[in-house]
Amino acid sequence: MAVKKFMYVNRKAPYGTIYALESLEVVLIGAAFDQDVSLAFIGDGVYELTKGQKTEAIGQKNFSPTYSALGDYDVNKIYVEKESLEERGLTLDDLQHLVWEDEDEDWAEKDSIRLVSRSELADVMAEQDICLSF
Amino acid sequence: MTLLHTVNKSPFESMSFDTCLGYAKDGSTVLLIEDGVYAATTGNSAADKIKNASGVTFAVLGPDLQARGLENKLADGIKVVDYEGFVNLVAEHDSVQSWL
Amino acid sequence: MKFSIQINEGPYQHQASDTAYQFARAALAAGHEIFRVFFYHDGVNNATKLAVPPQDDRDIPKLWSELSKENDLDLVVCIAAAQRRGMMDVDEAKRQGFEDNNLNEGFRISGLGQLIEAGIESDRLVVFGA
Repeated sequence: MAVKKFMYVNRKAPYGTIYALESLEVVLIGAAFDQDVSLAFIGDGVYELTKGQKTEAIGQKNFSPTYSALGDYDVNKIYVEKESLEERGLTLDDLQHLVWEDEDEDWAEKDSIRLVSRSELADVMAEQDICLSF
Repeated sequence: MTLLHTVNKSPFESMSFDTCLGYAKDGSTVLLIEDGVYAATTGNSAADKIKNASGVTFAVLGPDLQARGLENKLADGIKVVDYEGFVNLVAEHDSVQSWL
Repeated sequence: MKFSIQINEGPYQHQASDTAYQFARAALAAGHEIFRVFFYHDGVNNATKLAVPPQDDRDIPKLWSELSKENDLDLVVCIAAAQRRGMMDVDEAKRQGFEDNNLNEGFRISGLGQLIEAGIESDRLVVFGA
């Protein structure tokens, strides 16, 4: 079966609505299908990746640690839009450090997050076969 | 590859329209549906952004425009399509990104 | 051409399901095939058989059910999203120990893999949401 390019477009902040959590569930299931997967974090979607999330007091499950497991599912193309981060007064230091291990290079640890401009991400998006938005 | 973008939010309520324009490359089409059609009227503050986005085709879903009483306020240069036209746009482009 | 549709919102609160329905009808009328309609997030609520909208309003769950019957449409409700929101078919209700079930005719409950498969098998996937 031909491999398709799937992009999961994440544009919503976590906890206030369920979209972030349920789209992460699709990514995890989708990983089993061996497609060419990338994730885009645009707009408020960048808030999904902040480190230090503590959710006990709002009575919801903290699902942010799951992002750091994506590398183990071969989901390692995680595009974060630079403009969205800057508009929100954030830098990469405010986000979780997501890594994956490259089997072809003796399991060298590599960064999964690619900080890209809106126009660079637009080019990546234009190459996709499927854009799943939530 | 060409992309069809859909926007279903009013440009006055959400960033979706502005964000979409940042992603709409030459040769792509932006289709305004549901509350997204409010960007398609004359004299609104989003109108200039549509005018300035050269290389991008703009379309609006006619039934949504009619439902909102704005058929006579449609800005120049925006193509009106019905649901069949929506289907055709999806078929004519390589993929679809919905800016929800 | 082969289309699939993803619906992220329930009926009435948002226009998403209405637009998706009109789109599906137009696609079928134009001779396209609809491989699957996948209901996710609150979209699973489109599958209820217990909705009783006012007589002068459209019955969205029924419209989908009828469209499915007429065109042999595959309407798939995400099981994880459905379990969260109390959408059950007969078997699932039994398994969970409930006497009642609420899944409308024409819909079936299945996993998220069905959405990915729809993406793989279809020429286009169109997402409707809010």
